[in-house]
Amino acid sequence: MTKVSMTIDGVRYDDEVEPRMLLVHYLRDVAGRTGTPVGCDTSNCGACTVLLNGLSAKSCSVLAVQADGADITTIQGLANGEWHPLQQAFHEEHALQCGYCTPGMIIASVDLLRDNPNPTEQEVREGLEGNLCRCTGYQNIVRAVMRAASASQGAAS
Amino acid sequence: MTVTTEIGKARARKEDARLVTGQTNWTDNIVLPGMVHIAFLRSPMAHARIRSVDVSGARGAPGVIAAYSGADFAAEQGSLPCAWPVTPQCLIPAHPPMATEEVRYVGEIVACVIARNQYAAADALEKIDADYEPLPAVLDMEAALAEGSPKVHAAGNTSFEWPFAQGDIDAAFRDAPVVIERTYRQQRLIPCAMEPRAVACDPTGDDFTLWSSTQIPHVLRFLLAVVTGIPEQNLRVIAPDVGGGFGSKLQVTAEEVLTLLIGRKLGRPVKWTESRSEGNLAVHHGRDQIQRIKVAADSDGRLRGLSVDLLADMGAYLMLVTPGVPLLGAFMFNAIYKMDAYSFKCTGVFTTKVPTDAYRGAGRPEATFAIEHAMDDLAAELGMDPLELRKRNWITHEEFPFTTIAGLTYDSGNYEAATAKAVELFGYDDLRKEQAARRASGDPVQLGIGISTFTEMCGLAPSRVLGSLSYGAGGWEHATIRMLPTGKVEVVTGSSAHGQGHETAWSQIVADRLGVPFEDVRVLHGDTQVASKGMDTYGSRSLTVGGIAVVGACDKVIDKAKTIAAGLLEVSADDLEWTPGRWSVRGDPEQGRTIGEIALATFAAHNLPDGVEPSLDSEATYDPDNFSFPHGTHLCAVEVDTETGQVKIRSYVAVDDVGVVVNPLIVEGQVHGGIAQGIAQALYEEAAYDADGNLLTTTLADYLVPSAADLPTIVTDRTETPATSNPLGVKGVGEAGTIASTPAVVDAVIDALRPLGVTDVEMPCTAQRVWRAINEAKGGM
Repeated sequence: MTKVSMTIDGVRYDDEVEPRMLLVHYLRDVAGRTGTPVGCDTSNCGACTVLLNGLSAKSCSVLAVQADGADITTIQGLANGEWHPLQQAFHEEHALQCGYCTPGMIIASVDLLRDNPNPTEQEVREGLEGNLCRCTGYQNIVRAVMRAASASQGAAS
Repeated sequence: MTVTTEIGKARARKEDARLVTGQTNWTDNIVLPGMVHIAFLRSPMAHARIRSVDVSGARGAPGVIAAYSGADFAAEQGSLPCAWPVTPQCLIPAHPPMATEEVRYVGEIVACVIARNQYAAADALEKIDADYEPLPAVLDMEAALAEGSPKVHAAGNTSFEWPFAQGDIDAAFRDAPVVIERTYRQQRLIPCAMEPRAVACDPTGDDFTLWSSTQIPHVLRFLLAVVTGIPEQNLRVIAPDVGGGFGSKLQVTAEEVLTLLIGRKLGRPVKWTESRSEGNLAVHHGRDQIQRIKVAADSDGRLRGLSVDLLADMGAYLMLVTPGVPLLGAFMFNAIYKMDAYSFKCTGVFTTKVPTDAYRGAGRPEATFAIEHAMDDLAAELGMDPLELRKRNWITHEEFPFTTIAGLTYDSGNYEAATAKAVELFGYDDLRKEQAARRASGDPVQLGIGISTFTEMCGLAPSRVLGSLSYGAGGWEHATIRMLPTGKVEVVTGSSAHGQGHETAWSQIVADRLGVPFEDVRVLHGDTQVASKGMDTYGSRSLTVGGIAVVGACDKVIDKAKTIAAGLLEVSADDLEWTPGRWSVRGDPEQGRTIGEIALATFAAHNLPDGVEPSLDSEATYDPDNFSFPHGTHLCAVEVDTETGQVKIRSYVAVDDVGVVVNPLIVEGQVHGGIAQGIAQALYEEAAYDADGNLLTTTLADYLVPSAADLPTIVTDRTETPATSNPLGVKGVGEAGTIASTPAVVDAVIDALRPLGVTDVEMPCTAQRVWRAINEAKGGM
């Protein structure tokens, strides 16, 4: 067992874990942060995406021990009193149906907009290539990200 | 007349609040005190006799609570049910949830380990010693039917033959000026709902609570009782948040039965969660047909007859509705077209592959693909514009209701209107001009146009019709309205949502019907202890059947409220009139009681009329008279690089007619997602096996579910021809996009390449397949 400590959604966690434990299992099974789901076992689907020190990471492809000392934000820590603009945009644009991909999709979009605050539609499509959705056909997801981007642009100007 | 303010409104969904914040309740999230974890050992052989399974090595492993093989369940596990024995002679082989003697596909369960956590359980699987005697794999349907083929089951490789004919098919083909004969291949698909399956069981005394990522908690409860002998009243099934289904969770699975039985054996909470690669091996697959199609026509293109001879791959066993899936297509090959005669035959074939069953559209996408593809082939044969050929044969809007050659009565539709709108949005004529120019100039990138003027039958289904097709259950749906003393409303529905947005749509229906605010309505579903009756969600049935049950229950509430309001107002009930939300005295509208006031007065029950029970709560069960028949016209333009075989969708227009729309946001979302899945079949996805029967596409790295970068932006629009078969005028929308889009895309690819001599490209139309088809047509390769 190896000691790890990390901050998850603003709370400090100290635990002992098997070195092989995946970060997503640590989040779900040890820290009880079940808002982040698991959709595959080959890092293709992106459902488990979290922010690791501010950058998006598929938490199934990170060991818990590799996240030692990290600051992690999951979908459950994204709202700050009120919903994050992307959560709001996903809701308003009907960018989710079953909602299973949504936590990863929103977190990946946060990082996408951090990297490129004013993306084209094609840039959004390519930027979310690592996150799969089976329900929406992505069209409303793209709309939601564009909407959140223009809302932030509006707020900034 | 009811004033509607909610129906038709683009309400953002109520269910989003928990889904966008991660406050979800997936089955895998469930943790109960003392809960232990199950891992299953699965067959690595496509076909083998089990010599022995020794689990003793696993039993002593760290953290292991128990380990079992099939022998440990032999007395209690029963056989997984097939609810659709399509013919009296239909061969339904025994299907033990955990194999005991023989395995018939890679992925079949042979043993299990229960341990303190999933890591320990997975580790201990490696300590099980399973010994197999290999038997020949049976992978090809035509080979399986050949004399002397190795047998999947001792009784043979044919499950059933199901023939159906209407009209004089011989006369239709005799002396027909044009006959085309084609063989199309529907590849095998993997549904890939984003949430892998999970099951949890909590045994308490004689009672069992089972959580499952299922579309069908009610059907599951009933069949778990039948299979295991556990009394139905001791079983509670909960479908918590369910992350997509697409038919794959319309099933009674080995894992559900075994999790229940393991819970009973151990007397403690247990949970099983599959990995994606485990799911691809074990969740039922979809499609997989060989379609032999013959069309007879007059030289002006008028259809005379259609003959369909299907081979449908059942896989290794018949599961819940496996043999019924191709039959759902039997009535759809004739589609929107008039013809003199139709004959259909389906042969259900066993192979040593994962069983097939319902996958979005279930039978209708296969049929729609075949007829739309055949119409394009016929148009090419006749040298006619494929759209013109369709116009010459389709049912015109004046002809509804129309009884088709397959015997269904289409209640309503307007194919001319939907097509005209689609043609305009698409710029059909300009694209044809561009196509001609590219052909003339020998452009290496050719343009192709695909047309799908589809309809489908959904809203499953009139119980009598299901009975006549030998289906084991009815097609009704149930709803309850509970009026709370504060005037708020609880709606209990037997539909079981897993992404469709019932909580929102049902709130809109009830808000209009009862005249209460949308926000005051709460929808409950997916728990057999809360929603005691239901037939669940599949076959685009929720709105057209479940939604109508909700309307029926509302109407009963209004009726009960009338009697009570009359008592409160001290007038005759005959003198009252209903405006949404309120009973008032006719001619004296100031005198009245709102539904909320009546609810509170009913709760107090101080001065109700004699003999009136103190409750407004009402329930209704609705059994439809007919299917619903959404239709539409989808047009797709693709650019095909003839040097690389690369296909790019340039534009896609979908005009759908789903009758009256309750929530346009939800409808558009269903259309987008449905089209994406149909495009996926056309261009990307295929479950592939090697020569030994190993599934090669076990992961999302191999099985290519398209990403945002792989799909186009869809232009959607609607026409609205209300259904006449239900009081809301609604039709289903869950499967329409998937049914419509596959032929539109594939036909666009072939249309681009016809001048090069290409007449068919097998799905999925990957760059390699397209490139090969081009080169074969050139006489190369």
